[in-house]
Amino acid sequence: MNNPKELKYTKTHEWVKEEDGLFVVGLTDFAQDALGDIVFLNLPLVGDEVTAGEVFGDVESVKAVSDVYSPVTGKVAAVNEELLENTAMINEDCYNAWLIKVEDVTGTEELLDAEAYEEVCANEA
Amino acid sequence: MKLLFELSKENRKMNLIPPCDVPEYSFDETLLRKEELRLPQISEVDLSRHYTRLAKQAHGVNDGFYPLGSCTMKYNPRIDEEAAALEGFTAIHPLQPQSTLQGALQVIYEARELLCEITGMDDMTFQPAAGAHGEYTGLLLIRKYHQSRNDTKRVNIIVPDSAHGTNPASATMAGFKVINVSSNENGGVDLEALRNAVGEDTAGLMLTNPNTLGLFDPNILEITRIVHEAGGLCYYDGANMNAIMGTVRPGDMGFDCMHLNLHKTFGTPHGGGGPGSGPVGCKEFLKKFLPKYTVSKNMDGNYYLDVAENSMGKVRSFYGNFLVVVKALTYIKSLGKEGIKEASCNAVLNANYLMNKLKGYYDVAYDQICMHEFVLSLDKMKHETGVSAMDVAKQSLDFGIHPPTMYFPLIVHEALMLEPTETESKETLDEAAEIFIEIARMAHEDPEYLHEAPHNCLIRRPDEVEAARKPILRYEFENDQ
Amino acid sequence: MSGYVVNTKQEQQEMLESIGLKSMDDLYAAVPEEAKLKELNIPEGKSELEVIREMKALADKNVVYKHIFRGAGAYNHYIPAIVKSVTSKEEFLTSYTPYQAEISQGILQSIFEYQTQMCELTGLDVSNASVYDGAVAAAEAIMMVQERKRSDVLVSDCINIGTMGVIKTYCESRNINIISVKSKDFAMDLDDLKEKLNENVAGVLVQSPNFYGVIEDVEEISKISHDAGAKVIFSTNPIALALLKNAKEVDADICVAEGQSLGLPLSFGGPYLGIMTCKKELMRKLPGRIVGQTKDAKGNRCFVLTLQAREQHIRREKASSNICSNEALCAMTASVYCAAMGPDGIRQVAKNSASNAHYLAAELSKIKGFELISNKPFFNEFYMSCPRECRQIVQQLAEKGYLAGLPISNNILWCCTEMNSKAEIDEMISIIKEAL
Repeated sequence: MNNPKELKYTKTHEWVKEEDGLFVVGLTDFAQDALGDIVFLNLPLVGDEVTAGEVFGDVESVKAVSDVYSPVTGKVAAVNEELLENTAMINEDCYNAWLIKVEDVTGTEELLDAEAYEEVCANEA
Repeated sequence: MKLLFELSKENRKMNLIPPCDVPEYSFDETLLRKEELRLPQISEVDLSRHYTRLAKQAHGVNDGFYPLGSCTMKYNPRIDEEAAALEGFTAIHPLQPQSTLQGALQVIYEARELLCEITGMDDMTFQPAAGAHGEYTGLLLIRKYHQSRNDTKRVNIIVPDSAHGTNPASATMAGFKVINVSSNENGGVDLEALRNAVGEDTAGLMLTNPNTLGLFDPNILEITRIVHEAGGLCYYDGANMNAIMGTVRPGDMGFDCMHLNLHKTFGTPHGGGGPGSGPVGCKEFLKKFLPKYTVSKNMDGNYYLDVAENSMGKVRSFYGNFLVVVKALTYIKSLGKEGIKEASCNAVLNANYLMNKLKGYYDVAYDQICMHEFVLSLDKMKHETGVSAMDVAKQSLDFGIHPPTMYFPLIVHEALMLEPTETESKETLDEAAEIFIEIARMAHEDPEYLHEAPHNCLIRRPDEVEAARKPILRYEFENDQ
Repeated sequence: MSGYVVNTKQEQQEMLESIGLKSMDDLYAAVPEEAKLKELNIPEGKSELEVIREMKALADKNVVYKHIFRGAGAYNHYIPAIVKSVTSKEEFLTSYTPYQAEISQGILQSIFEYQTQMCELTGLDVSNASVYDGAVAAAEAIMMVQERKRSDVLVSDCINIGTMGVIKTYCESRNINIISVKSKDFAMDLDDLKEKLNENVAGVLVQSPNFYGVIEDVEEISKISHDAGAKVIFSTNPIALALLKNAKEVDADICVAEGQSLGLPLSFGGPYLGIMTCKKELMRKLPGRIVGQTKDAKGNRCFVLTLQAREQHIRREKASSNICSNEALCAMTASVYCAAMGPDGIRQVAKNSASNAHYLAAELSKIKGFELISNKPFFNEFYMSCPRECRQIVQQLAEKGYLAGLPISNNILWCCTEMNSKAEIDEMISIIKEAL
């Protein structure tokens, strides 16, 4: 599994990175692999509040639905509209297929580095 | 196969309706539809053949063994259809004067009496149109009950993790919060987990017994006691009633209200997904909350539509799926006291017989006497051969068997759930067992072949991912594109 | 032996022994003794002949009217012979929900055809595979328009009484506020609508033709509602859609209808058919099963149940609806009906129904004391005053085999369909004249 070193991770299989003052959030390779082909996303609206450790949306595969948890507390600054049209991007290139960008971040979930996250994955596999 | 719209040709038609013999009324132009109405234009013979072609691509109960777990695909007696087709039932308007509907009201009244006795309930409504609709109605009884006592803190409904998906969904619709409890190692309710889950906020428990693993929970009296002691009520999901009729009744297990699926247990056909009927039974103390209308009988022996004292209101227009109730009543009258019990005993016997035959070849999820259905776990087979529950299910299609239920209940990995029902003969079960044993052999010898299954169906492995990603939900006419 | 069990007692015994048990009781060892039933106290089983005699006797206790002038949510339309012939095919009658696409293409395709026909009738983009009935369809539509910041729903006070009852129940359990919009001359009062619209209103539900038969100005209602950010739910009669403006033309967001008129018998109120269609934007909020077109591994066109992650068996407590079993066979009935009728046939049904109703209204109006209560245009039902205690007239008509319109207070809600003829209407008029 290839989990980029420059990203941080949650135990619930989201990645997060800081970019120009915004926190960018996506799903990890482990998550997309476990879900299978993703067919739909339910994402918040720009301006919605998200809270670290709480659900902000969900992803659907054909026969399952999974919650997505926010790694940070803040306000949604952007939603990846392109992804809503092309959910396959998550399966094909999950570390570029960001879901939301969060601004005004006031707190974060306990974040793991790639190594620690891989350990989490190893225990779940 | 061509679609109706592809068979359509301009100006082809049937001659069904005479011209108007009163002066034709013309509506104001501003009210009229301008958009073209592109319904098929088709001759009767083409239409008739179209549906005969479609029928050949459907699997009914008469097309072969139908061990679809949790769905009770028993034979649907023809007399039930004949009774429901009687003009005295089909041609009556729901808003006729009640004095002209005595037969229809009596059907509901008699069905209620019989089903109350079979379930151990005191009253029953036939308004709900399906099982899930019944769950919703039953949960509203519970809600009304707590409200009537000003017990507003009771907001939680406890649902085991093995429950049908409709249970938690119905609870949410009825305004409750769902508390999931896990199963114990025998597939039953974990009593400790239940004790921890109940409290002052418990509105009730929803339970299927036998549960979705096909197991009767021996702790059932303790389970309902725990809930009652905490001040909650117990709801029985009657989806698996076909296992226990004549032997044990929900009312005697401590349940306060419940629904039945007439389209499962009482022999009425599934119609490709409906119409069903989900009557809701309840104990005396909940009667006053039943939806309107119920049917009562006065001193003169006349039947009338009645409204419960604190009725929750309506959950469906008129009086429910009446013709389905006619079919179920016909069924119960045919079977009678012996036949009803015999149906359940044989449903359970057939399931155990088949399970026993498959045991050496598949892992049974819970190896004990089952009720009317059982669950296989193909987890080990998948690890050893790569063959999944889906592969086995799809392969059974090639042998003319409707696949068992796959991947349910969710708590068993690679689950296949089989429910033979009582209307299958020993020979059918023997043949089915041989087929599944053959498939197990194929799984070890030629797993690739199973991944490609089915081989003899009109279509093979439709692309469900594309269907969901780029939904095409209606026929597109050429000039639309 | 009674019932439909195949195996003889001896075979049953052999089967029991093959699994190491002695009696049927052994199968129920897990059932606590104290909960076991001693005896099921219902009558003995009966032969087929006895049972059908009993059922016929029950059926015969109902009065089947030769002439029906009552609607109010259930309509006496002609059912073409082909409809019953198709829907009684045992493959359609007895199969389960088409989860197994490989052996269910016939059912799936028929639902896809139904969905397309409902989209054509209503003019909207997406249809589901049916819900229980028109009233539940309306209640489910209200759930569909719920937004985080908008939950109130405005409902015209001229909708079908049964529908209103179901909506109340559904909304109460979800804590949704129903606000009634007043009517003026038996149609929605647009000023009252404007007054009651605000940022909390998620949707407006209007029925047209409404309970009193009146054709509402849904186009204007849509305009006003959309301006205030509310969605519009248009409850209608599918036969009327063949002639009058459809949901697209009045710019509704969701269309719901009781589909009984499309080939289903009156049947004392059920089984009926809940039709639901919506604009594309609301597709993911549409409850219940939906069939989609796709390709199989060989590249052939085929059909599957799709968008299933919306549904209860996957989303469980987070599903927006709990519906599982629907009215599939009734949907197929409607589909065969629409195909048999074709565009001309269904328009003919609509025209004849409306023309008969207008003829009846005109003839009744000639009798002193019978007056149309609303001046608004109507389709095939109309609400009329009555010169005498209306129940008496209704009773006198009943004695002659006529089911008159529905008495409401001292007025009558009359209904005609293509089943009524001039001769029949004239005959009824003379009976009424005699009675007065």
